Amino acid sequence: MIAEAGHYALVLALALALIQSFVPVIGARLRDPALMNVARSTALAQLLFVGASFIALVTLHVNSDFSVANVYENSHSMKPLIYKITGVWGNHEGSMLLWVSILALFGGLVAAFGNNLPLSLRAHVLAVQAWIASAFYLFILITSNPFLRIANPPIEGRDLNPVLQDIGLAVHPPMLYLGYVGFSISFSFAIAALLEGRIDAAWARWVRPWTLVAWIFLTLGIAMGSYWAYYELGWGGWWFWDPVENASLMPWLAGTALLHSALVMEKRNALKVWTILLSILTFSLSLLGTFLVRSGVITSVHAFANDPTRGVFILLILCLFIGGSLSLFAGRATSLKQGGLFAPISREGALVLNNLLLTVACAVVLFGTLYPLAMEVLADFKMSVGAPFYNLSFAPLFVLLLLAVPFGPMLAWKRGDLLGVTQRLLAAGVAGLVVIAIVWAWTRGGSALAPLAIGLGVFVIAGAVTDMAERTGLFRLPFATTLHRTRGLPRSAWGTAFAHAGLGVALIGIVCETTWNSEYIATMKPNDVAQVAGYDLKLDGLLERQGPNYREMVAQFNVSRGGEALSVMTPSKRSFTTRGSSTTEAALLTRGASQLYISLGDVTADGAIAVRIYHKPFVLLIWWGPVLMAFGGMLSLSDRRLRVGAPKPARAKQRLQPAE
Amino acid sequence: MTRKQRRMTIIGGSLAVLALAAALVLNALRDSIVFFSTPTMVAEKHVAPGKRFRLGGLVQPGSLQRGDNLAVTFEVADGGAKLPVAYKGILPDLFREGQGVVAEGALDAHGVFKADTVLAKHDETYMPKDVADALKKQGHWKDDYAGKPAATTAQGNSQGAVR
Repeated sequence: MIAEAGHYALVLALALALIQSFVPVIGARLRDPALMNVARSTALAQLLFVGASFIALVTLHVNSDFSVANVYENSHSMKPLIYKITGVWGNHEGSMLLWVSILALFGGLVAAFGNNLPLSLRAHVLAVQAWIASAFYLFILITSNPFLRIANPPIEGRDLNPVLQDIGLAVHPPMLYLGYVGFSISFSFAIAALLEGRIDAAWARWVRPWTLVAWIFLTLGIAMGSYWAYYELGWGGWWFWDPVENASLMPWLAGTALLHSALVMEKRNALKVWTILLSILTFSLSLLGTFLVRSGVITSVHAFANDPTRGVFILLILCLFIGGSLSLFAGRATSLKQGGLFAPISREGALVLNNLLLTVACAVVLFGTLYPLAMEVLADFKMSVGAPFYNLSFAPLFVLLLLAVPFGPMLAWKRGDLLGVTQRLLAAGVAGLVVIAIVWAWTRGGSALAPLAIGLGVFVIAGAVTDMAERTGLFRLPFATTLHRTRGLPRSAWGTAFAHAGLGVALIGIVCETTWNSEYIATMKPNDVAQVAGYDLKLDGLLERQGPNYREMVAQFNVSRGGEALSVMTPSKRSFTTRGSSTTEAALLTRGASQLYISLGDVTADGAIAVRIYHKPFVLLIWWGPVLMAFGGMLSLSDRRLRVGAPKPARAKQRLQPAE
Repeated sequence: MTRKQRRMTIIGGSLAVLALAAALVLNALRDSIVFFSTPTMVAEKHVAPGKRFRLGGLVQPGSLQRGDNLAVTFEVADGGAKLPVAYKGILPDLFREGQGVVAEGALDAHGVFKADTVLAKHDETYMPKDVADALKKQGHWKDDYAGKPAATTAQGNSQGAVR
């Protein structure tokens, strides 16, 4: 009954989306407010029905109703409740349902909070949202229905892939989808602007917060996914340049560019056409990511199932939306009025440079992701493009970007003074150089580039601090004035500083981890001691334990440093009987920003166990960086300008009248 | 600065960055891509020792030997040829005899493939896609490869066994 209700709700949502696809557009043509307002009700009703459908699937999973194929294939009655819930999106069908639920959520939010948008703009935006939604509802209903029943229900389910039975699954996919799908809003706004043939600063003011929300979630989602891979896969890697990871990185790069270009458009009314194009590209890359992951053209831990019809269907959606939106762009973009003038050395110029480097870096990642696929199809040989490729191509571009980052926020709008900014950044530059010298003198081994890269990270952080110090007049003005200025500074300025500093923090973490990571792999017997990076790890013993749906072998390590006992670490190896597979649960010991990492291998015939022990210096900075960036994004989002700055209906009318 | 000059500056800058990126990519492509081969392809093409590539195939049943200090040797076969592989380290959780594997490394002077990475990436049927495709292409694909894990696990994994 619940399955059928969920299925039916999804069909109703499709019907609503189809109405929402056409009626508001016709309404905008006829300038009929009643027809345009239909979009608002349908968007909210869609959210209601998709939400009901999603809750139905969650209920089925929680109740372990194995007469539903999706539950049977991905659940088990002994599975802990949290994984019964997260398992809903731990498979292809369920994750697509999550995808459309989040799409409906964003549509609903625009409908609910878009009262101060011009009526026709809102109608168009919601119509475009409905086009996307309709395509994906059809995709789910035709190729990936999660509510299919099995004729002879089995008694027990096949359990969820053990690697996915982790708290990471509760956080990573929803966050990532909130990011991916959140970019659909800026896409819809871009298409709506092209359809209306009109675009102004108010448009950018609307697009920016939505982009920012999506960007924050995407940043956190990627970081979370990386940390999950780090502790779950058992060999301490945190980024693999896997096509699926690239699929999330590309919208992030394009979205970051979009955030910055929307800023120019909002403040200076320039770069309009480019901002529109970026909005389209960012969401296109999100769609491409969905295609890469869901079609099975690539092998990865994320590719749940391979079904050719699904791939073809998503490819069709991809071509339709990317092709359609780009043709519309090509046809309409020239009609948009050009914006304000600026000199190349200016805040705008710096933001253009940022956009250039980000989009080119994004293109490099796109090339590296698609080149092996293209070669396989065209030249019929297989190959892989991995970290060495990106280290030689992506990394240099990012170094250029990072060198420019501290300059950007300190340049004035319209015409900047590069010499003056350089003088003010002198202290930051010196800080970077001092750190390079210290790191060079103190460390042994590793690449000669490592100290330079750390110096660059310090320069970026110090640059952000300098910018804040300059703005608040720290050390230059009396303390009271500084305090007053600190309070008066817009939160978006703080947001910029935190986000940029986060970039530097992440860079330092990445360099330290890759350069000075120490690894110890051996077989150990009880009472053996392993020495890694000054820590003594003594294997106390092995014991067997029974979990809810697995058996695990736990190894107990006593960790000490210089004779002083620190902690006990208990890595384990779990074997899941239902799937006949096992997972490695690494044990982590955090010391400041560094971590000790133990994962287990197989037990040999004579009772010894293979262990992998890593000491990863400053590894946590890799994820603290993105968290700082996201925090900066949230500060910026809470800026007064974005809360109250968007035009109120009365003022909007005044402003928009001349354009009518 | 006029609008035209500004536009030229921006276009010039963009072209410079694009050219730089293109140069970087071409340079990176020259020596950082890794090709995928099966034992048969290795035998046919006479891959030079020291050249890195990815080797894919099935782990020959009965060939896995564990030496001292985590050294392991096994053979990778694709129905046409076999290639001995040496690896030192912990094998991934999903490594099994008779099932698909992808290893990255290079041949040594004696024709042994020294692997530094054994990839644990498998799809749900425990067969790396690259390996399955290569086997199918060479005509060595048997349907029971996909069915095999279904028989070894309690309830099976292949979709066909379900419905």
